Amino acid sequence: MRADYVLKRFGIFLLIVWLAGTVNFFLPRVNSQDPIREKLMQQATNGGSLQTGMQEMVAEYDAKFGLDRPLWQQYLSYLADLSRFDLNYSISNYPRTVSEMILEALPWSIGLLSVTTLLAFAIGTLFGAFLGWPRTPGWVHFLLPPVLALHALPFFVLGLVLMYVLAFWAHLLPMYGGYTPGTFPSLNLAFALDIVVHSIIPALSIILVSIGGWALGMRAMMITTQGEDFTNFAEAKGLLARTICLRYAVRNALLPQITALALVLGHIVSGAVIVEVIFAFPGVGTVLFNAIRESDFFLVQGIVFCVILTLGIATFILDLCYPLLDPRITYRRS
Amino acid sequence: MSIVVSKPLAGSPATHSPWLDALLATGRYLRRNPSLIVGLVLLLGLTLFVVIGRSMVDVEDARALSVRPLQEPSARYPLGTDKQGRDVLALMVAGTPLTLRIGLIAAFVGIGFGAIVAFVSAYYGGWVDAVIRTIVDTGLTVPGLMVLIVIVMSLKVSLSTDQMALVIASLAWLSPARVIRAQVLTIRERSYVQLARLSGVSGPEIIVKELLPNLLPYLVASLVTGVSSAILASIGLEVLGLGPLDSPSLGMTLYWVNYSAALLNGWWWWWVPPIVVMAVLFMGLFFVTIGLDEFANPRLRKQV
Repeated sequence: MRADYVLKRFGIFLLIVWLAGTVNFFLPRVNSQDPIREKLMQQATNGGSLQTGMQEMVAEYDAKFGLDRPLWQQYLSYLADLSRFDLNYSISNYPRTVSEMILEALPWSIGLLSVTTLLAFAIGTLFGAFLGWPRTPGWVHFLLPPVLALHALPFFVLGLVLMYVLAFWAHLLPMYGGYTPGTFPSLNLAFALDIVVHSIIPALSIILVSIGGWALGMRAMMITTQGEDFTNFAEAKGLLARTICLRYAVRNALLPQITALALVLGHIVSGAVIVEVIFAFPGVGTVLFNAIRESDFFLVQGIVFCVILTLGIATFILDLCYPLLDPRITYRRS
Repeated sequence: MSIVVSKPLAGSPATHSPWLDALLATGRYLRRNPSLIVGLVLLLGLTLFVVIGRSMVDVEDARALSVRPLQEPSARYPLGTDKQGRDVLALMVAGTPLTLRIGLIAAFVGIGFGAIVAFVSAYYGGWVDAVIRTIVDTGLTVPGLMVLIVIVMSLKVSLSTDQMALVIASLAWLSPARVIRAQVLTIRERSYVQLARLSGVSGPEIIVKELLPNLLPYLVASLVTGVSSAILASIGLEVLGLGPLDSPSLGMTLYWVNYSAALLNGWWWWWVPPIVVMAVLFMGLFFVTIGLDEFANPRLRKQV
């Protein structure tokens, strides 16, 4: 793998992260009045048991982002905080820091999303490959319309239906949450199984919806690769049909699928946030929902930043995997 | 067709009307494009539901406290009533056009701005193109809902539906810009455009007379996709509680459904209608997109 390819991709990753941080900093300040300050003041005047902490928080906020400091100085101290992952305290859960709360929720979301995305990608791509291969038995094609119809739905629409049918009506699976209330998260088999059982419906709603998109893309690419000279040449050489399908058609058709994966990740995350809210799944989406309800600005900003950061890392890893699949990338000179 | 062939001289008088000809040609084309038919039928059905519904119920009943809360479906309230004391049928009839309106406003603004950006990018090339491409490519990898959340929270005022549409439009231009730019780049190199340029036709005239007509299918397709993703974004914001709380839109209905745990309480008549309307809406838009894709990209017809 060439160094300049890796460096360029890493540069794009840094650009995304910097943009996310910058947008987070400037957007609340565009409106001249500072909603963060207002929320802090409101919380501080409300008083109660939290008051001492709030006063300190306001003092600290003023020291860093006070109006007596020019904007660029505020911006620099913000970026310095960000680079140390100091995302400030949560306004509504004062003594807890934002990073702490996100780190608690992030594994749930990453677990749910990575498993569902990979499964949907694998199943959908395989399905699409079959659809685009002339020797596939005819009945496979009848599966396409229902799969496409499902693909049109947002995750949460299918999620609600599955929740009603599988959990409320048939009592097969639990309705809400990430684990049985009352149990204490621990590292044993029973708890792991409990998580899996709770994740089935949210995961199923994401997977069933996503399959159609991958199948459609893969089918189109399979049809395109079969018209290419190299496939005709392979046929003329008398290679086995299976070899042509896997080594010639599928391998080449797979490349745009990987590119699409990098592009679609953002949509998947946006959709999954709503799924988490509907299922009260203890991931980042649910924390975000509660933070919005409490207008906990630091927590919302922290989550938005961390989600974009995580997604940036995922895209970067995907970019690094790309040359392994397509050797031409590393030889190409820009 | 066969009639015309068998009676070449007389012909049927109807075929002389260009409008009817176009209509017949459209009909013939639609028969070859089932996705487009399915999509249009679904959207038409939804429109009929809203139009007929409007004549059946008083839309004012979509306001809170106008009817007795939590009534099961009956002759008086065909879809029952919700916990806020709103007639669910009135809610659907009032909310569906509202949600569609958000999608249309955001998509039109997005396409308009995206098309301008795309033309500028493709026309000037060089560093302008490089900068725009980087912005669009990085913007598209970021989850849009996250950025929209920060924008809405920063505005701090409670948004009206139209304002929310404009906020969504602030990101809705990225995807059309990418699609249109790619198309402009390929069309620009075609011989008829080259010929027009050699004949001394000015840049804007080439854009309007040569590029736009050929871009039209792509513009319409990205408009439909744009409406769909803008509606999805609006529902996302609303479910998270960032929409206008008193609005009867589909997303706000879902917010209250989730808020009152209607599913757990067995109030099925409250959450089934918005879910069905959303399913029909998204499926309709999706199948229209696939149909338009087939129209714009006839090579896809070579199906296995």
